[in-house]
Amino acid sequence: MHMADALLAPAVAATMYVSSGTTACISVKKLTEDENTQKLPTMAVASALVFAGQMINYTIPGTGSSGHMCGGMLLSALLGPQAGFLSMICVLAIQCLFFADGGLMALGANIWNMAFYGCFAGYYLIWRPIMRSPVFGGMGAKKGQRARIILASIIGCIITLQMGAFSVVLETTLSGITELPFGAFCSLMLPIHLAIGLVEGLITAAVLTFVYETRPELIRGVDLSDEKAYSGKKSLATVIICLAIAAALVGGIFSHFASGNPDGLEWALFGNEEAGYSANMGLDEENFGVSSGVSEAAGAIQEKLSFLPDYAFADSESPMGTTVSGLVGSAMVAALALAICTAGHFFRKKTADSSLAS
Amino acid sequence: MNQNIERSIHDLREMDALASGDSMVHRVSAGAKLLVTVVYIGTVVSFAKLNMTGLLFMVLYPVLLFTVSGIPISTCFYKLRFVLPLVLFVGVFNPFFDRTPAFAIGSFTVTTGMISMVTLMMKGVFCLMASFLLMATTRIEALCGALRKIHMPQMLVTLLLLTFRYAAVMAEEVNVMTQAYSLRAPGQKGIHYTAWGSFLGQLLLRSMDRADELYSSMLLRGYHGEFYYAETKKRSSGDTLYAAIWCAAFLAARCVNLTQVLGMTVVR
Repeated sequence: MHMADALLAPAVAATMYVSSGTTACISVKKLTEDENTQKLPTMAVASALVFAGQMINYTIPGTGSSGHMCGGMLLSALLGPQAGFLSMICVLAIQCLFFADGGLMALGANIWNMAFYGCFAGYYLIWRPIMRSPVFGGMGAKKGQRARIILASIIGCIITLQMGAFSVVLETTLSGITELPFGAFCSLMLPIHLAIGLVEGLITAAVLTFVYETRPELIRGVDLSDEKAYSGKKSLATVIICLAIAAALVGGIFSHFASGNPDGLEWALFGNEEAGYSANMGLDEENFGVSSGVSEAAGAIQEKLSFLPDYAFADSESPMGTTVSGLVGSAMVAALALAICTAGHFFRKKTADSSLAS
Repeated sequence: MNQNIERSIHDLREMDALASGDSMVHRVSAGAKLLVTVVYIGTVVSFAKLNMTGLLFMVLYPVLLFTVSGIPISTCFYKLRFVLPLVLFVGVFNPFFDRTPAFAIGSFTVTTGMISMVTLMMKGVFCLMASFLLMATTRIEALCGALRKIHMPQMLVTLLLLTFRYAAVMAEEVNVMTQAYSLRAPGQKGIHYTAWGSFLGQLLLRSMDRADELYSSMLLRGYHGEFYYAETKKRSSGDTLYAAIWCAAFLAARCVNLTQVLGMTVVR
């Protein structure tokens, strides 16, 4: 879901920076008021963990593919929404700066799409209500709590990813960059992120239930009052069986997404590919499926254009006359660039020689 | 799987090594470089989608910086080899949507869709090169110092620095864990779902304890809510000049199609 710079118009990018920046400032203010500097290393460690956790492949049973983790829900469940949001900013900033995952100009938008929804919407609208609700109350205190964690993680990840994917579509369309129509774009992005959200939800649920079993005090919104019977021994069997059933369902329902895709990240790439800003070379059969949907729209536009032959000249920003000088100028810029390189090479060699001589 | 993690660790280290180099570009203050990079990306992104020739002029900034800083362009493209295809895919649908003929070279008709595709690709690559150059010539401490100077919240900056320093430690730990896991589970791709929770959960719990120790040691060394950044250098006039010249150049290239002008001097 990481957006590249070229996908955003400066106005949209700036708006997203302002929105994300304001949210960040409010979060910082809230955390400073709480005087919780002790949280700082914990936050850093948690975001480093999300960063590292994204490198692990998780085998999804029944599909032969694997998934990754994004982390917004996990961080807000462990740290709270404000601290989770700031941690996600750091993860995204490091991915952007050191791995070129998403552009520097698009960072504001990426923070909004991935961190804001995951942390704030996910926490206040999904995590907290579910954790406080009496759902699964009949299963006993501990089991009910665990079931609520699983439910909240899965629903939270799915919904927040849908929100994020929708705003990617919205931002790109508002920027006027891609030629894909809004509806077609939506219908390509959302279903794929449904599958990704489910996988992510399962991973998040697995990690959180483990933490709940071992150190329940680390999780936000967990009622600790009836933890007296808590024993240090953990029994993951029930969770694993639940997860296995859910995962098998995932495998069954979404196996057509997975066919030919060995990796969950590639689902994401594929999802982005529809957005028109990323590619994965191994997704041919999906590509064909997609272009069939899109080509209709393309055909409609072409038809429209062919009825308006004059449109071409009216709209053209590079009329014939200036084309030649443009081409010549381009060649000169290329030559200039080459000259700079050569000169630099020569200069460096000379300094190296002189330093050797001396 | 493990190669993936090792590559990331290597990447982080390599960027650190590049950034600790010494050249004219390295010596410019982080604030000036940050400003120039942001202005550059903003200018590049704001070019009209058919203004391919005007945009081409912007290539001179990365080329000049690569040359002066002595960082090989090949390093940049090698490191970005996984991201580049994604960036290049931008606008690949455009030629199919927009078939308005623009001009013809011989019998081959170039459509505006093709031009907008190439422009988008160029934008993507230029932006990537600019951010790569910033990170390859600036140490993260200096960058955080600069962010602090423009009044980014102390908490966010410290968090960024700590996360960066910690990411490598964590990645190494994950590497060891996945290696141990895969050695005990031969022929298995990825982590089995029965271990999903405990695998990352164990790491998380250990790290949380470690974070507590980290904080204690920070307090023992006199941490009281603010980090001190080692950049003692005063802002020199050279930095201001650097930023001013580049920003003016970008603005000029944005307003006037300099490539076209250059061409006009030859073709009348």
